[in-house]
Amino acid sequence: MDIFIAEEIVKRFIHTTALDRVSVSIPKGSIYGLLGPNGAGKTTLIRIINQITAPDEGSLYLNGERLNPDHIRNIGYLPEERGLYKKMKVGEQALYLARLKGLSKTDALERLKTWFEKFDMTDWWNRKVEELSKGMQQKVQFIVTVLHEPELLIFDEPFSGFDPINTDMLRKEILSLQEKGSTIIFSTHNMSSVEELCDHITLIDKGKTLIEGPIDRIREHYRCDTYEVGFQGEPERLKSALNKHYELVDTFREKDLTRVRIRLLHHTSDNELLSLLLPVVHIVSFNEVFPSMNDIFIRVVKENKGS
Amino acid sequence: MSKVGLIIKREYITRVRKRSFIIMSVLGPIIFAAFMVIPAWMAMSEDQEVKKIAIVDSSSLFMNVIPETEYLKFDYLFNTRLNDIKDNFKEGGYYGVLYISHIVAYEPNSVIFYSDKQPSLATKMHISKAIEEYIRNQKLKAYEIEDLDAILKSVKTRINVRTIKLTDAGKEKESNTGLVMIVGYAGGFLIYIFIFFFGAQVMRGVIEEKVNRIIEIVMSSVKPFELMMGKIIGIAMVGLSQFLIWMISTFLLVSIASTLLFPELSMSPTERVVSHDIMSTVPVQTQPEVSSEEMAEIMSVFSNLKNINFGVMLGSFLFYFLGGYLLYAAMFASIGAAVDNETDTQQFMLPVTIPLILALFVLISAINNPDSSLAFWFSIIPFTSPVVMMARIPFGVPFWEVLLSMTLLIITFLGMTWIAAKVYRTGILMYGKKVNYREIWKWIRYS
Repeated sequence: MDIFIAEEIVKRFIHTTALDRVSVSIPKGSIYGLLGPNGAGKTTLIRIINQITAPDEGSLYLNGERLNPDHIRNIGYLPEERGLYKKMKVGEQALYLARLKGLSKTDALERLKTWFEKFDMTDWWNRKVEELSKGMQQKVQFIVTVLHEPELLIFDEPFSGFDPINTDMLRKEILSLQEKGSTIIFSTHNMSSVEELCDHITLIDKGKTLIEGPIDRIREHYRCDTYEVGFQGEPERLKSALNKHYELVDTFREKDLTRVRIRLLHHTSDNELLSLLLPVVHIVSFNEVFPSMNDIFIRVVKENKGS
Repeated sequence: MSKVGLIIKREYITRVRKRSFIIMSVLGPIIFAAFMVIPAWMAMSEDQEVKKIAIVDSSSLFMNVIPETEYLKFDYLFNTRLNDIKDNFKEGGYYGVLYISHIVAYEPNSVIFYSDKQPSLATKMHISKAIEEYIRNQKLKAYEIEDLDAILKSVKTRINVRTIKLTDAGKEKESNTGLVMIVGYAGGFLIYIFIFFFGAQVMRGVIEEKVNRIIEIVMSSVKPFELMMGKIIGIAMVGLSQFLIWMISTFLLVSIASTLLFPELSMSPTERVVSHDIMSTVPVQTQPEVSSEEMAEIMSVFSNLKNINFGVMLGSFLFYFLGGYLLYAAMFASIGAAVDNETDTQQFMLPVTIPLILALFVLISAINNPDSSLAFWFSIIPFTSPVVMMARIPFGVPFWEVLLSMTLLIITFLGMTWIAAKVYRTGILMYGKKVNYREIWKWIRYS
């Protein structure tokens, strides 16, 4: 079941169309990657989901209901550009932001206490935000985002500004939130974290959806008939053996082992390649190369630019 | 508590707790009270010590001419030359030396007072008045008119211009123009200061939220309009609190100071309220040796003060402060939202500052001529009416004019807030773009 659906969203600004008939369906319990180059329209889409701005056309549903202001409580948002009131005390501020989300004072205090203990920051309660390091501020922001236990969480570049230890801690928190049943929209440029965390993605560019779906299926779709061959012997002999049906993409040399990537052209099969190479070199390994999200991202966006 | 309520509370509490607010709240009344009490106290304490003045009279005309008072004593020195006493008058226990030259009747500058202190105006007036009168009488006597004394007595008159204001109801009210001008000016000027000061705080608050990037977090919980109004109302309450603190503690300070310093002044409570509003009256009433005529004048000032309806003054002050502030705060908020930092605000400040400064100029003209068409129009136009109408109200303004001015102010404030909300909504989430008037116009039209 989809927890959130956006249908045919159009958002125009004075000079540009930021979103042009973008649709997303976010399955409940998934970590959903929202990808795209800078200026693609990701932030606009996130702001529409958060009801910060309204779309010009299209409809949005949360749990099958049309999105309305009561849903603010069900959504938690950690923006990419995030800040806090510098002169305000940490505890006071967290309480204020939690109550703006609709929590009662007693509820908010109780939950804040738990989280502050968990992150070992109880001592910070009465300190001003400007006295905290950036990493500490990030923790406060994270707590404020998840405190009201929303079913839908939106993290926009959550790892920027965190050191490796805190990044790891944050990743674990995100995964444990997912385990507890939250759905997470995750917007980032860091493709390796997308591969690691996301199970669904959508890639938008220039306001249009380019790819959408489960990440495995997308990688399957974008396989490009490329095979990696590890062998012992003369690379020159291998090269001369390849005819116009094959393209040598890459060569990596190690001590007495060479690995090459070969793309099959004109619908030749992997067996044909194998039989072509067997007499020439001593083959150690042979496997298909699946494209990384990074490759897919670059390829799709470049193709979109050309069109 | 509603979300707007939470925002108002935060805006209010964080500002009221600020050191600057506390300092202002403490210093303000002390300064105001000092302005009223210190001149009076100084005038009083100076004249309470007995001053002995030596008179060196080379014309030999003025023995026992200058009357002594409780605090002013005169020693007429015979056969003493000025140079003998001038440098050592202190040893004789004198406050100063008064030298009267023999050409005093023809040369106005020939009376000289030597002292190491600055004599008070009252002392100087006392001496010159006595000498003038004596010389005049002597000159008149030279004409050898019969029954001169009787004639002089019958000629001496004093005119005190009393102004009576006729109200529509046909009642006569005694008014004192000078006083009303001061009340009008103070009211208008205070509104001008409050609008500028607290309006700028709204702008700075909006910029702070935008620069801090907390705005995006807050925006995911509340609507832009709620945040803008919460901020404006919260700061308005800070302004009102500041005003109330000033009023109450100035009143308390002045009452305490006046009972401690001038116990002989037994004022009725209403007169006390009044006297702390009008600082200028305090020195007047504490001047020593007030003649019965002056006394009567002071009494009439007080009765005039009672005629200025302070309930109406306070009510209209609060209305025009809130109305004017709300109108301008909406503009200030949208300026704050349109820019990325405080230095960029310059270009947009012009439409806000020009009407306000204009209002200040008209204010000065309005207190001199409250019923001129200039004063009338500027007290009707909403952008200047808070300042200018405030100046006119103590003089008495027809009810329909006040009603028209207030209605227009409310309508304009609502319209301006509606427009400002559009600019605010668009601008608050926009970064890194140099915004100009044309851009803002587009925001207003298309959003």
